[in-house]
Amino acid sequence: MISASFDYVAPTSISEAVSALASAGEDAKVMAGGQSLIPVLRLRLAYPTTVVDLGRVDELKGVRDDGDAIVIGAMTSHDDVMHDALVQQHASLIAQATATVADPQVRHRGTFGGALAHADPAGDLGAVALALDCEFVASGPSGERRIAAADFFQDYLTTALAEDEILTSIRVPKLGDGWSSHYEKFNRVAQAWSIVAVAALVKRSNGSIGEARVGLTNMAPTPLRARAVESALAGADASAEAIGTAAEHAAEGTTPSSDLSGKADYREHLARVLTKRAVLAACNV
Amino acid sequence: MTAVEDRPVTAEIGQSRKRKEDYHLITGRTTWTDNMNLPGMVHLAILRSPMAHAKITSINTDEAKGRPGVIAVYIGQDFAETQGNLPCAFAPEGLVNPGAPSLAVGQVNHVGEAVAVVVARTKVEAQDALEGVEVEYEQLPAVLNMEEAIKDGADLVHPNTESNRSYTWAFESGAAGSGEPIEDALSNAEVTVKRRFIQQRLIPAFMEPRSTVVQPIGEGVTMWSATQIPHVLRTLLAATLGIAEQKVRVVAPDVGGGFGGKIVVTPEEVITTLVARKLNKPVKYTESRSESLMSAHHGRDQIQDITITAKKDGTVTGLDVHLLADMGAYLRLFGPSVPVLGAFMFNSIYKFAAYRFVCEGIFTNKTATDAYRGAGRPEATFAIERIMDELANELGMDPMDLRRKNWIKHEEFPFTTVAGLTYDTGNYEAATDKALALIGWDELRREQAERRERKDPIQLGLGISTFTEMCGLAPSRILGSLAFGAGGWEHASIRMLATGKVEVVTGSSAHGQGHETAFAQIVADKLGVAWEDIELIHGDTQSSPKGLDTYGSRSLAVGGIAIVKAAEKVVAKAQKIAAHLLEADEDDLEFEGGSFKVKGSPGSTIAMGEIAFATFLGHNLPDGVEPSLDSDATYDPENFSFPHGTHLCAMEVDTDTGFTKIRKYVCVDDIGTPINPLIIEGQVHGGLAQGIAQAMFEEAVYDEAGNLTTGTFVDYTLPSSSDLPSFTTARTETASTTNPLGVKGVGEAGTIASTPAVVNAVVDALRPYGVDDVQMPMTPERVWRAIHGSEKSERAGAGTTAYGGASTTTSDGEGGAL
Repeated sequence: MISASFDYVAPTSISEAVSALASAGEDAKVMAGGQSLIPVLRLRLAYPTTVVDLGRVDELKGVRDDGDAIVIGAMTSHDDVMHDALVQQHASLIAQATATVADPQVRHRGTFGGALAHADPAGDLGAVALALDCEFVASGPSGERRIAAADFFQDYLTTALAEDEILTSIRVPKLGDGWSSHYEKFNRVAQAWSIVAVAALVKRSNGSIGEARVGLTNMAPTPLRARAVESALAGADASAEAIGTAAEHAAEGTTPSSDLSGKADYREHLARVLTKRAVLAACNV
Repeated sequence: MTAVEDRPVTAEIGQSRKRKEDYHLITGRTTWTDNMNLPGMVHLAILRSPMAHAKITSINTDEAKGRPGVIAVYIGQDFAETQGNLPCAFAPEGLVNPGAPSLAVGQVNHVGEAVAVVVARTKVEAQDALEGVEVEYEQLPAVLNMEEAIKDGADLVHPNTESNRSYTWAFESGAAGSGEPIEDALSNAEVTVKRRFIQQRLIPAFMEPRSTVVQPIGEGVTMWSATQIPHVLRTLLAATLGIAEQKVRVVAPDVGGGFGGKIVVTPEEVITTLVARKLNKPVKYTESRSESLMSAHHGRDQIQDITITAKKDGTVTGLDVHLLADMGAYLRLFGPSVPVLGAFMFNSIYKFAAYRFVCEGIFTNKTATDAYRGAGRPEATFAIERIMDELANELGMDPMDLRRKNWIKHEEFPFTTVAGLTYDTGNYEAATDKALALIGWDELRREQAERRERKDPIQLGLGISTFTEMCGLAPSRILGSLAFGAGGWEHASIRMLATGKVEVVTGSSAHGQGHETAFAQIVADKLGVAWEDIELIHGDTQSSPKGLDTYGSRSLAVGGIAIVKAAEKVVAKAQKIAAHLLEADEDDLEFEGGSFKVKGSPGSTIAMGEIAFATFLGHNLPDGVEPSLDSDATYDPENFSFPHGTHLCAMEVDTDTGFTKIRKYVCVDDIGTPINPLIIEGQVHGGLAQGIAQAMFEEAVYDEAGNLTTGTFVDYTLPSSSDLPSFTTARTETASTTNPLGVKGVGEAGTIASTPAVVNAVVDALRPYGVDDVQMPMTPERVWRAIHGSEKSERAGAGTTAYGGASTTTSDGEGGAL
C-alpha cells in the first residue's frame, strides 16, 4: 500500500530537528530507521502531517565513552550497536539482545533509539535498558534532560518523551567487574517479535549471587523489571535449584496480553521458565 | 521402461543443469506484470469491504470523484449487467452455485470483497481517493463456523440459496464396485479408531502479488496477468464477459510464484477488463500484500472425520471419510473440486477392502478457498498417515510395521485400489529402507527411549509419512467423469529454425518451476540439438496458442510428454528428407546423437541442423514433402502419475515451553526418471517448507466478526530458512510405465508428504504424556497445553491461535472445542 501524503523534513542537526518538530505541530512524527513507522504509514494506520527524518543528523550516530557510562547515539543502527567494541566491553547484554532483533536488513536500517522511543512491549531493547538502568537523554525546545529508564516507559507505545522532544542518546552505566548477562528470547520464527523474553544481569560474589537484575519483554504494556525475582536472587546460591525457586516469582506483577502467540497464562509460565534459563545462562551454570 | 533403460549416459536428461531462467530473475531483469507500462495507462484502486456480511445500503462516490487525478469511480451497480459471474469449472449434479460477482452488488459476503473501484491517473491518486468513497452497510450475522452453518435455521451466506451447503460428493467402494461395502467393514471391525482432524485455513502467500494490465484493442483486449492459467483465463474471460475468444489475448509474463494461488479467474482480472473497456484506456491494477492476504483465495480449511477399521493382527479393512470443506463465500474456479481431488487418495498406498468418502462443501463469510499446493491430496495424506499412527498406537504395533503390513507390495503393481485408481508402479519398500538408513532410525529410537527413561525435558519424537499422490492432471476422460468443465491434455509444438536452433512452444506456462531448463533438456536428447540452442516459448496465448497451463504437478508428466511426441514427429519428417539427401532408403537410416546415419556405412551421415537448413532452403526435397520439419502434438495421458516416497522426521520437543525443533528430516522420493535433479531438489525443498509450515507455523485466523486477524506477515507466520532444518533428500527411481519418459510429477510431493510426518513426530514424542493429537499449526502454546492441560480433551485440541471454531476430538468422543 501507499501512505497518505505528508510533509517531509530532513534536518542535519539536533537543534534543527528540535525546531523542525516544534514548527510541524502536534500531528508530526519523528522517523528514525523507519522500521516500524513506515509499515504503519503504508497500512494507513497513522496520518502524520509532517515526518521529521533524523537520518541525516550525524551527531545522533555512534557510541562514545563518557567515563562511568557509554553513550549510544539514538540513531546508531542495531548492526552498529551489536558490533561496537564499547558496547561489547561494557554492555554485552545490549549486543546479545540486539543480535536477536528481526533480521539483518532490519538491523541495518533500524536504530537503537528508534526502537526504544517506539516502545513496543514486544521489542527486545526496553527490558535490556531497564536491566542496565540506562538513562534516556532527550532534547526539546527547553533544552536537554535525562530520564531514568524506570520512568521512561509509561504505557503501550508511550514514553516519557514530550511531543516536542527528541530522544538523542542513551547513557549506559558501565558495569564493574563480576557482572555477566544473558538475553533469553522466545518466539515462533526467528524474525518474529518476542512472545516473551528475559534479560538477566548477574553479579557473582563468592559462588553466590550478589546482585541480579531481570528485565521482562512483552509481559505488560511496557517492559518491566522482575523485582520479586531480583530480591529472591540477591544472596542466593548460584545453583539451578535456587535460581529455579527465585524464577518462580517471574510473573508477579506482570499483566501480559493474550494474542495469537499465546494466552496470558502461557506467557506467565514462559516468563518463569525463561527467567530461570536466562539467569542460569548468565551465571554460566 | 525401455525408454529409460536405453538412456545414454551422456544425455541431457538426468543432468543438474542450472536453470536458464534464473539469470534474469536474480539480476532484476524481470518482466513482472506490474513492470508493464503502456502509453496513457490509468490505475485502479479497489475499495474492499470491512464487513464479513452486510447489505450495502448506500454508496456515495461524489467526493472521491472530485479528488485529484480521479477519472472515474465505479460500483457494483455500474457493472451489474456486464460483469457476469466468476467461473467455476466443477459442476457435479446438485451443486448450488449462488453466483460470484467480481464487484459486490447490494451485499458483501466476506471481508476484502471488492465494493468500489477508483480509476485515476496515478496509483497514488487512486489509493488516496478510496478514502473519499462513503459506503453505508447494514450488518448481517456472519456465518463463520461450518458445522453451525449447515444446521437447520442457520443464517444464510447467500439470500438466493436454501442452505449453506453447496454440494455433497460421495464415493463408496461397494456401490462403485471397486471394493466391499463400507458398512460391512464397519460392522465387522475388530478394531475401530475414529479421529477428527482439522486442516486449518492457509494462505498461498506467493511472492509476487497479483497484478493485471488490460489494453483494449478494437472489440477485444490484451491482458497481462500474474496468472498460472493464461489459456484457461483467455477462454473463461471471453465467456464471462461475452467477448469473442479470438479477440482475447492473455499474457502471463514472468510470474513470481503461485502455489495454486494464481489458478483462478480473479475478480480483479474481470474488473480491470471491465474498466479498460468502459474507458477505452489501458488499465493497471496491482494488489498490495494486505489485499492479497485478505482477498486472494485461501487453501485447505477442512474438518475431517476419519474412521479406520482393522483386524487385531493389523490388517486394515475399511476407511470411512467424512469431510466438511469450507468454500468461503464463493465458488472459485476449482474451489469445490479441491477436496474431491483428495477423494481417491485417502486410501493411499494401503490395501483397504472398503472405502467411503463423503464431502460437503459449505459456504461461510470468509475469503473463498481454492487450490493450494497439493490441493486435496495433502489433506488426504495427512488424514491417512495420522490415523495409521493412531491405529498402530491402538493396536500396540510399531507404526512402520503397520504400514509395511498393509501397503501394496512392489511385485503387486500395477494395482487397482479401493478408490478405483490403477497405480502403475511403485516400490514403497525400497524408498522406506533407504529413508530409515539415512536418518539412523534405530539409533534415534534408542535415544528416544533414553530421554523418556531419564524424563529429559527435551523429548524426541519420530514421525513417518509413507505417501503417494496422484498428479499429472490429468486424463481428460477422468476429469469429465468427475464433472470438471475442462480436459487435461497438453499441447506442444517444435519449430526448427534455419540455423539449426529450435523453438519449443508449450501450453504449460511456468511460474517458477524451471520449464525453460528441463524442457530444453528433453528436446536436446530427442533431437540431438545442443541444450543452449533450444528456446522455450510459453505464457502468451498468441505465441503459444494452445494449452491447459500449470498446476497439479502436470507440466512434465503431461506437457513434457507432448514435447516428446512433437519431437518424434520432427524426427520422422527429418528422416524422409535425410534419406533423400543421403540417397538412402528411409528404413536404412538410424537417428542417433542428432544425426541420421546409414546403417553399415559409417561415412554417410547428416545432422539435424543440416536437415533443418536444407528444409529451410527447400531446394532439394523429396517429391510431395512440404518444406517444414515443424511439428506439434497434443497429449492426453491415460493415467495419472503416482509419485511416492517415505518421509521421516525426528523432532525435539521442549516440554517446558512447548517449543518444537526438527532435528533431522529425511525424505526419499520416487518420482520416476529424473530430468534435472537440481530442479527436483529445489521443488522438494520448497515443498517441504510449505508442508512443514502447515504443521508448525501457518494459519489464517478470523475473529468472531469475520475479520482476518492474520492480515500481515507479522501475524501470518511464514518460516524462513533459519526456522527449518537442513533437509536430507534422496531418491529411488521406479519409472512410471504410463509415459515414455518414465516421469512422475514432483511439484507438490514435498508439501503433500511432509505435514503428517511432522505432526506424527510431535505426537510420538508426547505419547507418554497421554497426548494423541496436537492441532495444526502446532504452536509452542498448543504443544505446551497438550502436555500440561488438565483434561484430555483440552490436551487434544484446544484452539489457541484460532479461539473458537472447530477443534480436534479423540476417539472416545470428547470434544475439544473451546
